[in-house]
Amino acid sequence: MLLRHTSAEPVERTGLMINPAKTCQPIGAMYAALGLHGCLPHSHGSQGCCAYHRSALTRHYREPVMAATSSFTEGASVFGGQANLLQAIDNIFTVYEPDIIAVHTTCLSETIGDDLNQIAIKARDEGKIPEGKYVIHASTPSYVGSHVTGFANMVQGMVKAFSESTGKKNETLNIIPGYVEPSDMEEVKRMAGLMGLKTIVFPDTSNVLNAPQTGKFRMYPKGGVTIAEMKATGDSKATIALGPLASDLAARKLDAQCKVPCHTLELPIGLQATDRFVDTLRKVGGVSVPESIAVERGKLLDVMTDMQAWFYQKRVALFGDPDSLVSLVEFLVALDMHPVHVVTGTPGKAFEQKIRDLTAHLPVPVNVKAHGDLFLLHQWIKKEPVDLLMGNTYGKYMARDEDLPFVRFGFPIFDRVGHSYFPTVGYMGGIRLMEKILDALLDRKDRDSPEESFELVI
Amino acid sequence: MSDEKNTAAKLEKIKGEILAKYPTKVARKRAKQILVNRRDTNGKMPEVGANVRTVPGIITQRGCSYAGCKGVVLGPTRDIVNITHGPVGCAYYSWLTRRNQTRPESDTDENFMNYCFTTDMQDEHIVFGGEKKLKQAIQEAFDLFHPKAISVFSTCPVGLIGDDVHAVAREMKEKLGINVFAFSCEGYKGVSQSAGHHIANNGIFTHVVGLNDTIGKGKFRINLLGEYNIGGDSFEIERILDACGISLVSTYSGNSSIDHFANSHTADLNAIMCHRSINYMAEMMETKFGIPWIKVNFIGAESTAKSLRKIAQYFEDEELKAKVEEVIAAEMPAVMASLEKAKPRCEGKRAMLFVGGSRAHHYQDLFGELGMETLAAGYEFGHRDDYEGRKVLPSIKIDADSRNIEELHITPDAKRYAPRKDEESLKKLESEGLAFREYEGLMPDMKENTLVIDDISQFETEKLIEIFKPDIFCAGIKEKYAIQKSGIPMKQLHSYDSGGPYAGFKGAINFYGEIERMVNAKVWSFITPPWAAEPELSANYAWVA
Ligand code: SF4
Ligand code: SF4
Repeated sequence: MLLRHTSAEPVERTGLMINPAKTCQPIGAMYAALGLHGCLPHSHGSQGCCAYHRSALTRHYREPVMAATSSFTEGASVFGGQANLLQAIDNIFTVYEPDIIAVHTTCLSETIGDDLNQIAIKARDEGKIPEGKYVIHASTPSYVGSHVTGFANMVQGMVKAFSESTGKKNETLNIIPGYVEPSDMEEVKRMAGLMGLKTIVFPDTSNVLNAPQTGKFRMYPKGGVTIAEMKATGDSKATIALGPLASDLAARKLDAQCKVPCHTLELPIGLQATDRFVDTLRKVGGVSVPESIAVERGKLLDVMTDMQAWFYQKRVALFGDPDSLVSLVEFLVALDMHPVHVVTGTPGKAFEQKIRDLTAHLPVPVNVKAHGDLFLLHQWIKKEPVDLLMGNTYGKYMARDEDLPFVRFGFPIFDRVGHSYFPTVGYMGGIRLMEKILDALLDRKDRDSPEESFELVI
Repeated sequence: MSDEKNTAAKLEKIKGEILAKYPTKVARKRAKQILVNRRDTNGKMPEVGANVRTVPGIITQRGCSYAGCKGVVLGPTRDIVNITHGPVGCAYYSWLTRRNQTRPESDTDENFMNYCFTTDMQDEHIVFGGEKKLKQAIQEAFDLFHPKAISVFSTCPVGLIGDDVHAVAREMKEKLGINVFAFSCEGYKGVSQSAGHHIANNGIFTHVVGLNDTIGKGKFRINLLGEYNIGGDSFEIERILDACGISLVSTYSGNSSIDHFANSHTADLNAIMCHRSINYMAEMMETKFGIPWIKVNFIGAESTAKSLRKIAQYFEDEELKAKVEEVIAAEMPAVMASLEKAKPRCEGKRAMLFVGGSRAHHYQDLFGELGMETLAAGYEFGHRDDYEGRKVLPSIKIDADSRNIEELHITPDAKRYAPRKDEESLKKLESEGLAFREYEGLMPDMKENTLVIDDISQFETEKLIEIFKPDIFCAGIKEKYAIQKSGIPMKQLHSYDSGGPYAGFKGAINFYGEIERMVNAKVWSFITPPWAAEPELSANYAWVA
């Protein structure tokens, strides 16, 4: 029993978080910045945060994650980090030659109150930023929100820095894919392509954090949205923002800055959310849905109808990020499963309401908590057991203790591969999700079946 | 000799090439941290710039003081509830990702290793202070788990807003009647994890060591210091010590419990593995309680045998010496058999090692056993003494960053100070080759004309790989995939990827197998696709009917 000290009876806690279901803002900002071609993320604070964020992203993606830091020592913490950042900018452009440095704050620099905007202007004035190169920034204090907030802030920073309008709109659509895997960003692009749409997807970590092995390390891999594309976002016809928490901020900023109307949708995970995504693409893009997309949808539906029996009324415990959980819960409900315990670490009451709305008609009580933790989730599971657990790698402790089938979903996943290569968004992603759920449930059924009912065919 | 000179000149040229990329000021600084390991005509080793600040913007692999304190030293102790006071991130990232293993004595014993505790400060706590929340957190941890001890770790923002974590700890200790103590290990202290090790040692020494005077069983009682049970290393070392009849009073801090720490001052010898992270503890214990310390190394079969002999020599007991020889003799055949298998496939290959503290030194012994050469090595957070040996200690200038770390002033304990050996017998042992209070450092052990690089940067790593194309590179997770993307196998030595243990005899066997696999794996030969190997070939088919 790995978590043998976890008691079954939940008690109200106000001081102690135990086994968090979120992490801090800068890591999200770092991830977003990596989806910008030629960009080196920079962490403005002491070097430990940067080391941790790089390590965590590296473990999840199994790819090089490069980022620099202002390496604050005690002096900088007292007198402010301007000198450190100016020096860093100079060194980075000289040694690592990025096109862009994307600076985010940490708790420390945020608390001191360093003004990134003013420092960036000073760097420009002092000639530390070469012609045609950029320093962009986002404020990412970790005592607010979570890693998802940090992602949202950096994507907004990208818009602030680059998006401009020439006054002439074109037919391109902007898509902000949300805090999802590189494979998901790729899938969103592919689907829009099938619809015959020209898009700019940003940030875009595909081919950056799932880059090919070529025998040559590239500090700036071939993927990522380019500066030219980022600039052009201001002339696009519209923006589709996927995942309200991660993407709405940037979409609205783009609307305010360049008058690009935005449509914010839930992440296209599962049948209905993907339907709404496709339908929005159709309407906003002024195209019709091609047969190829309808075929993919039909395939997803086909597996749903075929496998109905195995999903029906299975009780599921879930944890993860708000945007993905909302869509996932909707999908599970569509499969007639019962998501009975739902926890996100990210604060925000809207989440709880959305989950309640989605599960209101279920014949079972549903526990939901925003700004909760895995300790609470575990206590809920102990009191009211489930058939399946879904969440990131840290769920494996609970899964082992409670002997639960476990599907890895979300961030971070340190102990399996696949997430960066195979999407869970879109219709095809829906099939993969179902496959994973079914494999877990059916492997368990096989394991537990008495010999006389151990079946070859299901 | 002229060959040697040539190599030296070549290495100096490479150093020059690397430095040329940097702005002048940075180059000047890095020049002191990149050295050709070569004694001058007087036999003097070069002086290395170490434990100095990282240059902002130069991509470093270093972490922070909190990581050294909570992550390295206190993290592996299973029965303390370690609460990170700060916003959520710091605690989250130090949540058991270093693969420190632990094995409680029974299924009911406390083990909090898989839990992560934090006060998860929100903006109101940053504005109005977080002490109330911290008190509440300690109370809740107590109510839920009733642990023997609770410790608190400060993160950067906590130091900045000035929460008095020590006062909170004192108050809660009083209130709850259990040991509660705190560490001011804010990430910005010092220049690397190293500061955190020092802070951790001071804290444990002040709050835990010496709380239990019971003399335990066993004739030969030692502590193992600076061994963190990565990948189960301590389990293997414990197995061997056990077989020799040497009792382990405490390990700092792999597979450890707070009760072991409390009692550790009753041991008769401190054996140090990772000198960097814990030499402070050994020194303080010697001053206060009279326990001598020696440097050991259980990485590599030969080193393990050597270290066991050292311990036996210290106790001056013929029976123990015989037992140690017996154990070595029993273990070595399996080691040699596996070495014989691996060595022909590894011999002559070249390694590079850039890891935290002593590991960048120790692992060279294992590679040496395989007939592999280490071309370049360095520490992430070593000090000059880790490179050049402790004899340079008096000449190390204390800078502002080190001065910020509290130095405890230890005096002999009025009642419990008991020198385990008098000066005379220490001298005698010393004359027989057993060095006390001594660490020779990395450089004397490395071949002449190899590169020694402190706090290696990403750019320098890339350059080394490009120039030398080593057969294997050892470092940490942040470097791993950049190196593999360059087509070079990479072994993590902070944690062990999927492998381990590598310490002791069985560990050596594991390591031989692992390295043999890595440097011979087929996959590296597939990187170039066939069409790129012969690009000039044009498609020209003749269809045969
Ligand atoms: S919570 Fe703050 S101090 Fe901790 S790792 Fe994140 S940014 Fe750094
Ligand atoms: S040698 Fe390795 S384990 Fe020891 S402190 Fe250093 S990095 Fe950590």
